[in-house]
Amino acid sequence: MYTEKVMEHFSNPRNVGEIADADGVGEVGNMKCGDIMRIYIKVNEQDVIEDVKFRTFGCGAAIATSSVVTEMVRGKTIDEALAVTNRQVAEELGGLPENKMHCSNLAADALHKAIAAYRNKKDQT
Amino acid sequence: MDKIYLDHGATTPLHPEVLEAMKPYLTDLFGNPSSLHAFGREVRKGLEEAREKVAAAIGAEPREIVFTSGGTESDNLAIRGAARAGQKRGNHIITSAVEHHAVLDTCLALREEGFEVTVLPVDAHGMVSLQEVEAAITDKTILISIMLANNEVGTIQPVAEIGKMARAREIIFHTDAVQAIGNLPVNVQDLSCDLLAISAHKHYGPKGVGALYVRKGTRLKVFNFGGSQERKMRPGTENVPSIIGMGCAIELAVQGMDKKVPKIIKLRDKLLGGLLKIGHVRLNGHPTERLPGNVNVSVQYVEGESLILSLDLKGIAASSGSACTSGSLDPSHVLLAMGLDHQMAHGSLRLTLGVGNTEEEIDYVLAVVPEIVARLRSMSSVYAGQRRE
Repeated sequence: MYTEKVMEHFSNPRNVGEIADADGVGEVGNMKCGDIMRIYIKVNEQDVIEDVKFRTFGCGAAIATSSVVTEMVRGKTIDEALAVTNRQVAEELGGLPENKMHCSNLAADALHKAIAAYRNKKDQT
Repeated sequence: MDKIYLDHGATTPLHPEVLEAMKPYLTDLFGNPSSLHAFGREVRKGLEEAREKVAAAIGAEPREIVFTSGGTESDNLAIRGAARAGQKRGNHIITSAVEHHAVLDTCLALREEGFEVTVLPVDAHGMVSLQEVEAAITDKTILISIMLANNEVGTIQPVAEIGKMARAREIIFHTDAVQAIGNLPVNVQDLSCDLLAISAHKHYGPKGVGALYVRKGTRLKVFNFGGSQERKMRPGTENVPSIIGMGCAIELAVQGMDKKVPKIIKLRDKLLGGLLKIGHVRLNGHPTERLPGNVNVSVQYVEGESLILSLDLKGIAASSGSACTSGSLDPSHVLLAMGLDHQMAHGSLRLTLGVGNTEEEIDYVLAVVPEIVARLRSMSSVYAGQRRE
């Protein structure tokens, strides 16, 4: 059902954790569906994502997509991160089963929400 | 440790004697049992012997056994057949919220076709209330269907009492006994049922075959047409090798019960005890009125499919009530009917033991599960605040 890459990310997820003084936090999903992902980002003055972490309640695909999306944007600029799509997340994992594609949506959305939170915070200071 | 199978609720391995019993019918004994010649007659003989075995296993007469393709078909035939046959007398059907989809969805389909369907709620253990069954009965009730033992959480329903109630009011009573065979005594006289469904692959028989007990005098309006096999109740050339397998399997399953069940209960209770020790783990289903091999727990803060995957990576086969494992967006309807919130329903883990499981296997599982749970909790977005540093 799952590709090797998905299983690899599931078994050895990257960037698990929290950032206490995060610059942006994005949470998506709901308990009805059984997926809740939260992504934390730390952004420097050059708008580069210096640190990124995730916590996820969810299935194998949910954990793998959270893990891979954080890997994809670490060290990238905010604009580059905003351009990451759910399709790219799924492709990076070598594909996802049809009924798990929504997990890739959630991961990309959580990241974009974190970025939006960062931008809001920045606009207010 | 080799692979460990703890998903006997999903299916079971073929008993070696069952395979041996089937082999001749996959090779030399290939005749059509309806043929008049010797090739047919010798197969017919084997078929009828299998029928006698199934009947004997549940306290029925051979002519009351109809062979089908499995539990699902048996449930469909029973419910649709009885509902349609009883239409002139009434149009009300009573069932429960924890039935297998083969029963529940069939009843809901009948509702779409104009039948009144009462879906009885269950308590926190997944048990129906006799008072509520009684209260639901009207003079239009023609069928009651309540499963003997629940496949997900193992809860055993008070079916004999419900059967008595139905019999007294001349209401057809059907019970899905698929998970019960070989695990508890199943006697159609004691249960006062008119229809009872069984499925071979749940008790070490082959897949694709089952039976429906149809009490003498019970009318079913049949909806498959063709030849006159199974007294026209289920036409079509019989799945002979599988039926032979089923006869052998059910005989072995019932014979072995007294010896096997206490052993399985002991292992089940050891497994359950160890899982509860992990903390924030709760049992689903009735604590005592439950199938001997069924352990169903909810592991808080963790999702079921990720548990199953992690167990699979360690060579352990189990299942879950989470939505991700069912292909739908909703978690188990059984767990929700029992009042679990969505998190606990998604976080459910079902381990079902069988005759082949050993204490070493249980010990290995108990050594492995705590680490799996700890790892998934450390990643979980809903565990924050309960973490121990």
